[in-house]
Amino acid sequence: MKSVIAENLVKTYNKGEVKALDGLSLDVEEGTVLSVLGPNGAGKTTTVRILATLLAPDSGRASVGGIDVIAHPEKVREVIGLSGQYAAVDETLTGWDNLVMFGRLYHLNKKAAIKRADELLERFSLTDSAKRPIKTYSGGMRRRLDLAASLIVQPKVLFLDEPTTGLDPRGRQEMWGVIEELVKGGVTLLLTTQYLEEADQLADDIVVIDHGKVIARGSSDSLKKEVGGERLEVVVEQSNIAKTLEIVARVSGNKPTLDEGLRKISAPVSSGSLALMEVLRSMDSDGIHPLDVGLKRPSLDDVFMSLTGHAAEVEEVKS
Amino acid sequence: MSVISDSIVITKRQLLQLSRVPEVLIFSTIQPVMFVLLFRFVFGGSIETGQPGGYVQLLMPGIFVQTVAFTLAATASGLAEDMKKGLIDRFRSLPIARSALTIGRTLGDSLLNIVVLAVMGLTGYLVGWRPTSGLFNVALAFLFLLFFGYALSWVGIYIGLSARDARVVQNVSFLVTFPLTFLSNAFAPTTGMPRPLQYVAEWNPVSTMVAACRQLFGLENQFGATAGSFPSENPLTMSLIYMAIIMIIFVPMSVKKYKNASN
Ligand SMILES: Nc1ncnc2c1ncn2[C@@H]1O[C@H](COP(=O)(O)OP(=O)(O)OP(=O)(O)O)[C@@H](O)[C@H]1O
Ligand SMILES: [Mg+2]
Repeated sequence: MKSVIAENLVKTYNKGEVKALDGLSLDVEEGTVLSVLGPNGAGKTTTVRILATLLAPDSGRASVGGIDVIAHPEKVREVIGLSGQYAAVDETLTGWDNLVMFGRLYHLNKKAAIKRADELLERFSLTDSAKRPIKTYSGGMRRRLDLAASLIVQPKVLFLDEPTTGLDPRGRQEMWGVIEELVKGGVTLLLTTQYLEEADQLADDIVVIDHGKVIARGSSDSLKKEVGGERLEVVVEQSNIAKTLEIVARVSGNKPTLDEGLRKISAPVSSGSLALMEVLRSMDSDGIHPLDVGLKRPSLDDVFMSLTGHAAEVEEVKS
Repeated sequence: MSVISDSIVITKRQLLQLSRVPEVLIFSTIQPVMFVLLFRFVFGGSIETGQPGGYVQLLMPGIFVQTVAFTLAATASGLAEDMKKGLIDRFRSLPIARSALTIGRTLGDSLLNIVVLAVMGLTGYLVGWRPTSGLFNVALAFLFLLFFGYALSWVGIYIGLSARDARVVQNVSFLVTFPLTFLSNAFAPTTGMPRPLQYVAEWNPVSTMVAACRQLFGLENQFGATAGSFPSENPLTMSLIYMAIIMIIFVPMSVKKYKNASN
């Protein structure tokens, strides 16, 4: 069963001037995680907002939990949870106040709302700051509270719009842990992200979107295969560049690229650590000392590079 | 009905906000109190009223109406703030009636008005305001004031949901409320205005409200160009008609706007 279906969604803003979605289609199998991967302005938020009934598409069709989003938005709202790109909670109120209020709006009685708020605060490690206004929360705490608010009533389908953007590495790890636990609990999840690593970590399936269209779809493995898996990177002295280029080309079997300013040579490799050892051995026997060497997992940029032949065009960030 | 209980949750949220940030309540009361004192002592001596009890009798109804008219600005900026924070989106994604947020917000702002009006009335009393019409009529006048504020609150909802920026909301609200409250009989008799302006000022809903309150407080009303016409003869009825018109226009418009709100 497909829990989420979007077919040919088109959405324009400013009376047709900005085409945010240009015939986007995707679906999510029940109980699985789909990651929508794309750069700034690709249309991730627009997609989520349409599926969460906040925005009507110009054309196209969408259903969530088998319910048509356009015909029966009020029924869709009963089965979804949404945590938007920016934490949407009442800043003047405390974390506890917020969760109890949202519990009441989900029609829990007062006792049940309080019980649920306490449970969620505990689960998201927010019990200690439960009685502080959100204003005093860190970015990571806000995000967790926002997520908690979307889980008051166990949703069938959960939408998370860039759940870790703006978090530090630790906050991101924590958020991943929380999300992984939710997924184990059986929720169907659609999450958007700008990080291939995040999609890789959390998702069963990935769709890559750009300019409001899906440009690739597959499991994280198949996608990475397409991109060429890991990249080997090595930085050397100016005088050793030519020789190192040769070695990297031979070992990887691919044409390496050279960043002249950084004196960084890189190439996609299939079996990362083996290739790394082989390159180091060859360099050593030629008497070349690397200044820096490592394996890099492909980034969104690499995905874009190999899918579209151009780097992700990052839109100017609006305030 | 869940619309009602959902609205109450929203209203409670506003009260909770007030208890968390009491400054809001303090300053929304200090401002009208300051107006009472300023007008009473700055203009009180120079405006000839011909009424027993002096200028403060005429002033109080005017300043009550002005204060409740400014509910429009409070509602609008509160809502604009919620829009900016993304809270409106969250509310719109919940399985609650779409009118609940707007009803809850307008009710909350009216509750705030009760406190503000009470403190103002008390201040007025301290500086010489003495309505002569009996408790019933005075209570009726306050009820009218609350309704008027409530009706204008819906205009505020519409403005708050329409503007893209909180600062624009401020400006638009002032642009609506300042001419409404000053182009009226609230602070000075309309008879001193140029005659064409008198028509505008005397048909102004703020003026009919002020006139209705003056009547309920036991005062004589003075009209210029429109003396003898329907609004000057029946300020109470006319005010009710105005409130009904405002609500009939702005309630559906605001609810629709909220339904389609997207930022
Ligand atoms: N309310 C709006 N009015 C006008 N244009 C908009 C509006 N919302 C989005 N857009 C435009 O639509 C396109 C898609 O925006 P969207 O927010 O869906 O992208 P996104 O993938 O979520 O980007 P980000 O990673 O920056 O969050 C962008 O070009 C954006 O500028
Ligand atoms: Mg976005």
